[in-house]
Amino acid sequence: MISGVIETRALTKRYGAQTAVDRLDLTVPPGSVFGFLGPNGSGKTTTIRMLMGLIEPTSGSAHLLGHRMPRATPTVLPHVGALIEGPALYGFLSGRDNLLRYDAADPTADPRTRRTRVAAALDRVGLSSAAAKKAKAYSLGMKQRLGLAAALLQPRRLLVLDEPTNGLDPQGMREIRTLVRELADDGTTVFLSSHLLDEIEQVCTHAAVMARGRLITQGTVAELAASTRGRLTVTTPDPADAARVLKDHGVSDLTVTADRVTGDPPPTDLTDLAELNAALVRAEVRVRGFGLERASLEDVFVELTGEGFDVAG
Amino acid sequence: MSQAEQTPTTDPTPTHPTPTHPTTATHRRLWTLGLFRSELRVTLRRWRTLALLGVLAVLPVLIGIAVKIETSDGGSAGPGEGGGSGEGPAFFGQITNNGLFLVFAALAATLPFFLPMAVGVIAGDGIAGEASAGTLRYLLVAPAGRTRLLLAKYASTLVFCVIATVTVAASALATGALLFPLGDLTTISGTQISFSEALLRALLIALAVAASLVGLAALGVFVSTLTNSGIAAMATTVGLLITVQIIGSIPQLDAVHPYLFSQHWLSFADLLRDPVHYDDLIANLRLQGLYAAVFGAAAWARFTTKDISA
Repeated sequence: MISGVIETRALTKRYGAQTAVDRLDLTVPPGSVFGFLGPNGSGKTTTIRMLMGLIEPTSGSAHLLGHRMPRATPTVLPHVGALIEGPALYGFLSGRDNLLRYDAADPTADPRTRRTRVAAALDRVGLSSAAAKKAKAYSLGMKQRLGLAAALLQPRRLLVLDEPTNGLDPQGMREIRTLVRELADDGTTVFLSSHLLDEIEQVCTHAAVMARGRLITQGTVAELAASTRGRLTVTTPDPADAARVLKDHGVSDLTVTADRVTGDPPPTDLTDLAELNAALVRAEVRVRGFGLERASLEDVFVELTGEGFDVAG
Repeated sequence: MSQAEQTPTTDPTPTHPTPTHPTTATHRRLWTLGLFRSELRVTLRRWRTLALLGVLAVLPVLIGIAVKIETSDGGSAGPGEGGGSGEGPAFFGQITNNGLFLVFAALAATLPFFLPMAVGVIAGDGIAGEASAGTLRYLLVAPAGRTRLLLAKYASTLVFCVIATVTVAASALATGALLFPLGDLTTISGTQISFSEALLRALLIALAVAASLVGLAALGVFVSTLTNSGIAAMATTVGLLITVQIIGSIPQLDAVHPYLFSQHWLSFADLLRDPVHYDDLIANLRLQGLYAAVFGAAAWARFTTKDISA
């Protein structure tokens, strides 16, 4: 049974001996803003290309809006707007003519409303005043906006946006984030790949993490952040004593820096953190601060992939 | 007509195709001509296309001026002196007598290389050019449909064949009319036909020349599906053209000559006979059709199964 807007089952793409995407099971719930995370070369773009019917999976299946891809391309893709690996434009055409061209490529787009829809899309991404300019004179940020406008030529049920804020200044990034939220409020499901973790954290309701062609985890952003328990942090003038006591009570991976001792707390069902604090006090460790630092999505990511975000996998 | 104002269901004989309701027709109208028209517009707005057409328009002017200069002392140019004695398709000798012959001379001069080169550039750039610009992926997710996009590319290439040929013919006609007398025309068979009849023949010849390029256009579009580099596809297509022309000029290889797309190219001259000899013209159309079928099918098979990674 297909429940997700995007649903893949054991989706695999091999190029010779190299496996770009390895048995991917991805479910994107309707109405979600879904963040798709992974280092460069982790198979995100290959996955997106398989979803959009551009490349054929080696094995497994991909469903978009309930239909099998790439077979359902002509019926499904009119409902899907996409920005894939950055914008691609006809430099010798104006921004408006680029959109007219892409709209003409969609056989379901009504030619009678074409100019109105193109004008509306240009307006939505703030390019109305530059519409008559040749696209080769556009800055990277303007090209990115025009690419987004192409994805918004029709009302869409799903938007697939690959690095949509790439090349934008902070103001532009904020505008795009606002736009994504607006679209999501209208009921459009947004599938967003990004390397900016705080962006995902700010905009997305759900997220999935890929590394080396495999899906490592997926779920709501809140769940993901919760799945990595925070680090226990104790601030004390007696760090050595504190570390000894914490170790005795099952705190692992301890690090001591100046007056701070941090470590992974023991499973909560074994030890109450309040008991831990009491134990420190009983051992006459002077405690200035005691608490759990909540994990950010970046911590989750580093923990799951075992590497920094900008390292190619 | 007032019928256009009526609702389609109450109109028994609609003069236009029934206007389809946008919401119900969303999945129906998969074969509109919008993409083809857009394709043609984009092709004709490329600087490269205009430059090619410009070169093709200038060539007849150069030929006309050269003939005018060479014959200004009262002599005659070329081997075809004496009207019908010139069996070759060069037609240069007759230009001074009748400017209309410049049309045939210009087509004969451009058909071996300049015209097919221009077609090879446009055809080769078709899919590969979109791939190297990255626009191919956006056309396909629009979704243009791979078969539909390929057909639009091929159809617009064929239209370019006609435009290119007509450009040469029109420029030659204008130059011929300016520099030389016009009038009744002596056919290759030696008979006289009226000027209006001769103009009709000239139009048919232009169409026959354009049809001669159909096979090369299919070959170019096929090559274009093989690579993600527009330049490579153009160069390969033009390279194949040169190779075929060289093979065609080597008598020892005459066993393969019947299969070369250029084999019957000069058959258009038969339209200047009275009566017209159709055998070679039909053989040319058959051969071009065969090339279009074979390489069209190969291009379709390749393009509809290809992974688009550009």
